Amino acid sequence: MSLYLLCFLLFCIGLYGVLRKRNIVKIIVGLGIMEYAMNLFFVLLGYRTHGRSPIEASNQQILNMVDPVPQALVLTSIVIGLAVTALFISIAIRIYEKYGTFDITKIKKLKG
Amino acid sequence: MGKEFILSLMVIIPLGTAFVISLFGKYLRNFCDKAIMVSSFLLLALSLYCRFLLTNTAGTLVYKVGGWNPPFGICMVLDGLSCFMLVTVNIVAFLIALYSLKYMEQYTDKPKFFTLFSLMVCGMNGVILTGDIFNLFVFVEIASIASYALVAFGTEAEELEASFKYAIMGSIASIFIFIGIALLYGFTSTLNMADMAKILTVKDSFRLVPFVAVLFLMGFGIKAALVPFHAWLADAHPSAPASISAMLSGLLIKTLGVYSLVRIFFNVFNAGQVHTVYLKVFMFLGALSIIVGVILAISQWDLKRLLAYHSVSQVGYIILGIGLGTPLGILGGLYHLFNHSIFKSLLFLNSGAVDYSAGTRDLKETGGLAKVMPVTYGTSLFASMSIAGVPPFNGFFSKFLIILACAQAGHIGYGICAVIGSILTLSSFMKVQKFVFLGELKEKFKKVKEVPFSMQISMIILAVVCLLGGLMFVSPLKFFLQDAVNVVTGGMSYSNAVLGGGK
Repeated sequence: MSLYLLCFLLFCIGLYGVLRKRNIVKIIVGLGIMEYAMNLFFVLLGYRTHGRSPIEASNQQILNMVDPVPQALVLTSIVIGLAVTALFISIAIRIYEKYGTFDITKIKKLKG
Repeated sequence: MGKEFILSLMVIIPLGTAFVISLFGKYLRNFCDKAIMVSSFLLLALSLYCRFLLTNTAGTLVYKVGGWNPPFGICMVLDGLSCFMLVTVNIVAFLIALYSLKYMEQYTDKPKFFTLFSLMVCGMNGVILTGDIFNLFVFVEIASIASYALVAFGTEAEELEASFKYAIMGSIASIFIFIGIALLYGFTSTLNMADMAKILTVKDSFRLVPFVAVLFLMGFGIKAALVPFHAWLADAHPSAPASISAMLSGLLIKTLGVYSLVRIFFNVFNAGQVHTVYLKVFMFLGALSIIVGVILAISQWDLKRLLAYHSVSQVGYIILGIGLGTPLGILGGLYHLFNHSIFKSLLFLNSGAVDYSAGTRDLKETGGLAKVMPVTYGTSLFASMSIAGVPPFNGFFSKFLIILACAQAGHIGYGICAVIGSILTLSSFMKVQKFVFLGELKEKFKKVKEVPFSMQISMIILAVVCLLGGLMFVSPLKFFLQDAVNVVTGGMSYSNAVLGGGK
């Protein structure tokens, strides 16, 4: 249970970063933390206490194994997170070129 | 290799096109134009063929990827609802691709544009066809990431700012969707949507499903730009190139937002008794979107920003209609989904044409363009009348059905909201017509020319569909909508059809 709570705390730290920070780079980092928290959460869901890896071998009986599906899915999700982060950073670089700042309170040409 | 193989082609073709264009587009002249036209035409033809197949097999087509049977492997499902969405997406995508050939010449690097465009089409087709909930998430991400990049395509200051805002909102939405999927997987131990629906009816799920429903409502609500989550849309949609604005407003918010919401809430969560609560939330958010969207739209002076706020309002109609939960309401909602994707993409293409020829889209500067741009004027008149709900056009019929269904279900208040929204829409489009096309032609616009022929032809086809869309409701064409409605109202029949081998 404490693991889930810590995972939730990590998520909240990320959310705090996205909502409260003014610097674009810190927002991106906050988003990254949120993504890690959700990946961790999904892996935790598949974990069984004292479970072993689900690899079948001869003359071995598997009694208690972890669920391999979340691990495969989280791999996909990490790759997606990488793509999103790369895109974010490239947009942030271009924003810096245009506005000369990373402060979102100064980046406000769009109104209405 | 049976005829179900076509379903995987709907994803393979755009993905392959994106790959090929990004490899060779730079080196071979006109290669990307040809490739994108061939692939989008093929997709249109295949989607119509899918409709034909569905009529012949009378039911559901299931393609098992890699030959693994549904609860364990990934499957792709073609039923009435996904076929309806597939045809809508591919008609509009084909016409927008045709329009972009000339329009995108004012930007540099057309091959990159068409690469991202293909990826977006691939993501949308995947979302529509997949029967696996994690695959749905992956395709949502493919389409979203392509659209973040496309919003920033012009790399001007405003576009980058809009893209950043959109990407942050979109990523948070994806995180909520992912957590919802994780919780559902932890509870049901399956990822197949049909299997999940079955397990949710058997297992006692009254605590989990409402929580997951809220996560999905937030996640897909942000993607669909329902009112409390609409802030990004008015920045992102106007900043993109006009053809992408048309794509985003016409298709993306519906495929990623509305379609996923409908599929999950009606076909997967249909088991619990709390169903009417979700419908109430849908109706409330729909009515709120109608009113807030149109009020925000009416005071805008930027043509594309005005259209973007109208997208918020029109998605409200779709959600209101579907949230009624009666067959008539769902029919009206889905019909409005089709109509809105036609006329809203046409309006965005018109705004692109005005921008292309006159060089501005500020309503205070333009005026009298009807004399120099007759085709754009005519088609935008058609689209404006459709969106405002003037009788012979398609928008009238769908709005009328939604209002009728509201009255029939006893929700008179929501019906009145829909009527007020429609009146305000009419007034704001009278403003568009007056300030863009009618009135005195200003001196600096005397030399403005009509847009190139390929842009004209795609606008004309969309306008004709606007006019003929009204015929969708009469009997020979009604099966197209009716099949989709049957899937939504059928609830568990989706699960049975997919797991039953889909014959």
